[in-house]
Parts: sequence; structure tokens; C-alpha cells
Amino acid sequence: MRGARVIRRPLVAIPLSVLLLIVSGAAVASFPRSVLAFLLFQGAILFIYLAAMPGYLRAALLAVALLVMMPIIGAYNVYYLEIATQVGIFAALALGLNIVVGLAGLLDLGYVAFFAVGAYSWAIFGSPHANQIFGGGFPLAPGWFYLFIFVGLAVAALAGVLLGLPVLRLHGDYLAIVTLGFGEVIRVLANNLDKPINFTNGPKGITPINRPPVPFGLPYAEYSYFLVLLIVLVVIVVNRRLEDSHIGRAWEAIREDQVAAQAMGVPLVRAKLLAFACGASFAGVMGVVFAAKQVFINPESFTFLESIGVLAMVILGGMGSIPGAVLGATIVTVLNLQVLKGLSLWLNELKNAGVVILGYPLADLPTQLEPAKYERMIFGVILVVMMIFRPQGFLPARRRQREIEVTAEEHKTVTV
Amino acid sequence: MDVELLIGILPQVVIDGLILGFMYALIALGYTMVYGVLEFINFAHSEVFIFGAFVGVEIMLGLKSAGVLERFPWILVLVVVLLAGMLASALLAFTIERVAYRPLRHAPRLIPLISAIGVSFFLQDVIRLTESIWRNAFNLVYPTIESLNVRLEITETIDVSIKSLVVIVAALLMLWALHALVNRTKVGTAIRAVAEDQAAASLMGINVNRIISLTFVIGGAMGGAAGVLFGVQYGLINPYTGFIPGLKAFTAAVLGGIGNIPGAMLGGLVLGLLEAFAASYLSLLTGGAFGAEYKDIFAFSILILILIFRPKGLLGEVVRERA
Repeated sequence: MRGARVIRRPLVAIPLSVLLLIVSGAAVASFPRSVLAFLLFQGAILFIYLAAMPGYLRAALLAVALLVMMPIIGAYNVYYLEIATQVGIFAALALGLNIVVGLAGLLDLGYVAFFAVGAYSWAIFGSPHANQIFGGGFPLAPGWFYLFIFVGLAVAALAGVLLGLPVLRLHGDYLAIVTLGFGEVIRVLANNLDKPINFTNGPKGITPINRPPVPFGLPYAEYSYFLVLLIVLVVIVVNRRLEDSHIGRAWEAIREDQVAAQAMGVPLVRAKLLAFACGASFAGVMGVVFAAKQVFINPESFTFLESIGVLAMVILGGMGSIPGAVLGATIVTVLNLQVLKGLSLWLNELKNAGVVILGYPLADLPTQLEPAKYERMIFGVILVVMMIFRPQGFLPARRRQREIEVTAEEHKTVTV
Repeated sequence: MDVELLIGILPQVVIDGLILGFMYALIALGYTMVYGVLEFINFAHSEVFIFGAFVGVEIMLGLKSAGVLERFPWILVLVVVLLAGMLASALLAFTIERVAYRPLRHAPRLIPLISAIGVSFFLQDVIRLTESIWRNAFNLVYPTIESLNVRLEITETIDVSIKSLVVIVAALLMLWALHALVNRTKVGTAIRAVAEDQAAASLMGINVNRIISLTFVIGGAMGGAAGVLFGVQYGLINPYTGFIPGLKAFTAAVLGGIGNIPGAMLGGLVLGLLEAFAASYLSLLTGGAFGAEYKDIFAFSILILILIFRPKGLLGEVVRERA
């Protein structure tokens, strides 16, 4: 492939990266409403990540793109900043699920439950809603938000352990179904725990949730972008340290062959519980941030669809791969927020303009046909197509790729 | 607490539970047969089930708009719709296996499962897309057939509608037919042989791929029948309706012992009855604090308890860990 060769030559790649950044930045600045311009900017970031160049230069370019250019782009079009923040939130979720599914090989289909636990922990105490439970004295002052990041982490990790304890002895695919059931249980509880004591306010949800105090008079959108970015960075560092640690290797051993791992002295239950707790804690932290960012939460944000969305992100990038999880989160979020919504808007504009295609007036299209509603189709196609054609993902983890190749080889030689 | 009231509604609860239970049993067969043969949870089975319901509603709406729905005898309409639903779902299940599962048969275990989840999501939106274009609506209601809604009075307080009886009879007939097929025919022997040991079965001259396709077709047909019966009984369907009954039917399959056909029937009935009891008595017994909304949690709690304390289910054998 010629494109790949260009990426491998630093002398070409470095100027090209800088050029791409400048061009895409200028494009967004001159066409702030163009979806393509923003996609070009995202492409530039991906190019910098893949291109051959010294590590410090890559870090510097990425820092320029994410810390300087992105907030400026946000000043031109706040919606893009919102997208970037959402990407960050989902990247952290995908990284957390990546530990459970990618490293430890435990398919968790109810992952969003931990996100919900984190979100509700701040939503209840950070809003006047807690007065209905404890009588008075709430909401907590906005500064408490920072403490609640850790509370959310702890509560979600605890929920992970509580779920894990009874179910971790189960066979792989049973585990998937039980975690799915757990996710549904949390959602049903959130929907119905407005009586006998009103904990969650049921389907109506909780609002207004306090936002954290913003330093330096930054606009709130910019602040939450930086906050999410910071958390994602921390999560990435923790993930990398975990991957190469004693426990990370134990996880991968369990994924490859549980029986062999046990025989080599890996404490199965403890290692699996740790995987659940770690994955859950990331989701809990992001839940707290999400609740504060949205100001309003209700059970609709924590459905099975969201769990599968996060799973699709992990699969797309490659199970067990850290950059893969971030890439997957970006692609899926952008598909949902930009491409599908963009299609819907575009179709509506065409309809209203009375455009006729091949003698068929678009205004006659059924009104129920809204492209923005087809997230499930996107997730479904991603999951099936990736599993059939590229199970190791777009940015595969080295060890994981090896496993898939070896299993395929074994079955080629020992055909039944 | 009003004991008389509790006892008074009991027969009605049992009837509701049986209807629900037979529905779960029919769907659970699809899960359990595929699991028996491939050790794989066919996640897309809930969409195979709801697809049958959609084919059924389309035919009935078609008959209605042609103005002949009430003119034909209801039993004929029902048989035609059931057969069409079964055929369509069987075809769908066959296609799914060919496209999304067969290429992955030797991949690590998680991979076909993830593919199945993808198929499930994809199909939900395909149904939605098709119906949106075709009818500009994706929440569809089964047209009523008056003679099916007649209620037979058993005592003063208890009555059963004809359609409930029809659902129970149809489900019983199909379960009996399947049981006979698996236990008394040559094909059935082949299915059991493949479930026992694929390699040995293929050495005995059984075409393993064909038998696997056949289990998908049979499971799909049962799911399609359940879909039509579901629509006739409860009326409203949408592309996402299948998901929760599918999950509960899977629970029923596990409850009965996954891979075990009589187990799936038993598990379905037990779960249906338990759920009907939970739905009607939970709120009465707790003074309204916990209502029928908790019946889903109830089903999942059963699943978790069964898996922890008796993973082989009520009738199943112990499953060994594959090295």
C-alpha cells in the first residue's frame, strides 16, 4: 500500500502532519458548519498518531491539536466541542470495558449499569432531590463534585465486585447473559425506585444537577471538555500500566486459556473480580462527570443500547487495544452524532426544498423514516462485519492478534 | 390482607401464566436446540421470533384491507398465518446461520456470540426500516377477529377467551410434534447425534452442516409460531418487542437445562407461571410498594440463582469446561 509507506517515512510524514493540521483547522474556521471539515480535523489527528515520527514530536502535535486547536474550534462551533466531549466520555467507557472484555476476556453486556451507578450517585446528592430522602440540607455545594468523582469510582467498583462475586464462576456466555440481566435490573430499579422511598425519581429523572465550579472564568463547555480530556489521559495511563503489570498478564492468561491459567497459579476469582472492579470504576467516574455535564439524567441514558454501543467501540478498535478503544469511541460517536444526524437534517432539507429524484418527490417519503434513529443498525453492522472480516479490530493489540491467528491455524490443521 | 381476594384471582393467574409459559417454551426451543448442537447462544433468536409476528400481522392486515378477514373461518386464517410466520422465521434463521455464524464456527468462543448480538440489533432496525417505508409506522396492532375474543365463563369470576385456548392448544400441538420429530425419526436421531459429538456423527455419515442448518430451521419455525401467537394474544408489536421475551425464553431454557428439549418446555412453563404470580401478587403482598414492574427483575434473579446453585438446570446434565 502506498499510503502506508508515506506514513512510515518521517521526512514526509512530519511536514504532512503539520500541513494536515493547518489545512483542517483553516477548513473548520472557514466552514464552521461543514461536517466534512471537522472530519478532516479528526483524520489529521489519526494521521499524526499513525505517522512515523519521534515520540516527543507526536506528543507535541497531539497536544497542539487537542489542547489548543480543539477549544478554538469550539469557539467557532460549540457543537463540535460537545462532540469532542462525548467522544472523550465514551473513550473512557470503552477503555474500561476494554479491560473486562479485551484483556480478561469476560463479555460484559451490562456495562452501562456502572455508568448509571456513578451518574446517579452525583445526581442524587448534587441536586435538591436528596432532600426528599434525607429531609434537608441539599444540594451539596458544587465543590463536592470533585470528591464525588472518587465516590462514583468507589461505588461503581463496589457494584462491580457485588455483581462479580456470584457470577464469575460461570461459563463465558452465561456470564454475558447474566451481566445483560444485571444491566436491565439496574435500569428497572432506576425506573421504579421512586416508591416506597423516592431515590431515583423514576422515569422523570433528576434535575437540576449541580455543575462543578469553573476556574479562570472559562466557558462551561470548554471546561468540561478539558476535564474529560484530563480523565481520559489518566485512564489511558492507568490502562497502560495495568496492561504490563502482574495482574494485566494474569488477565490475558485467563482470556487465552482459563484452565491453563489456573494451573499456573493465577487466582481466577480474584483476578476476574479485579477486572470487573477496574472496568466498573472508570465507568463510575465518567458517570459522575456525565451527570454534571448533562444537568439532567433519567434511566433512558442507561439502556442496553448504550452497553452495546460501547462494546461496538471496543470491537471496532480491537479487543485489548488501548488506541483501538479510543479510535472506536471516536468513530462510533461521530457516526451517531454527526453522520446519522447529518443525514437526517440533509434529508429534511431536501424534502422541504421539494427535490425530486428520478421522478419521485422526496416529500412523499414516509415521515417515520428518520435516519438519526438507526443507531442499532450501525452497531449491528459493525459487530457482524468486524467479527467476520477483521476480528482483531482496526488497531489490533499484538498479543490478541496472535491468539486469533493461532486459533485459526490450529483449526486449519486439525479439521474435524 | 385479604386472603379471599388472593385465592379468588388464583385461577386467572394460573391461566395467564400458562399462556405466557407456552410462549416462552416455544421460543426457548430455538435457544436450546442451537445450544445443544453448537454450544452457542443464538442471540438473534428474539428477532427471529418477532419477525414471525410481523409476517403474521402483515398477512392479517392484508386480508383485512381486502375485506375478507371476517369472512373466512377464523381457524383457517389462523392456520395460514401461523404457517406463513413459521416459514418466514425458519428462512430467516437459516440465512442468519449461513451468513453470520457459519464462517465463525472455529473462532474463539466470544466471537460468534458478538456476531449474534450484532445480527440481533441489525435485524431490529431492518424491520423498523421496512415497516417505516411500507406503512409509515412500526408499532403495529393485530386486527381483531371477533370470534376469537369471545370469553367462555368457567365460574362467575373466571373466564377464558377463545384465543387463549387456541394459543395453548397450538403450542401443545407444536411441542408434541417437535418431541416426536426429535425422538422418533431418523432426522431426530441425527440431530441428537450431532449434539452429542460432531466428529463422531460426521464419521457415521451424517452431514453435520445440514443438521446444524436444520436445527436453526426448526428452532426458527417454533420461534415464528410463537411470534404469531404472541401477536394474536397481546396485539401490539414493534421491532423491539422481541428482545425481552427472547431474554426470558433464554432464561427458561437455562432453567430447564440448556440443550435439553423437554427441559426448555418445562422451564418455559415454570417461568411463565412464576412471572404471572409475581405480576399479580407482588403488589398485593407488599401493599403496593413493589408493583408488577419488578417482574422482569424477578425473572433475571431466577436466572442468576439457577446459574449459581444448579447450573445444569432442572433437567440438564452437568456441562464440563472445555479445555
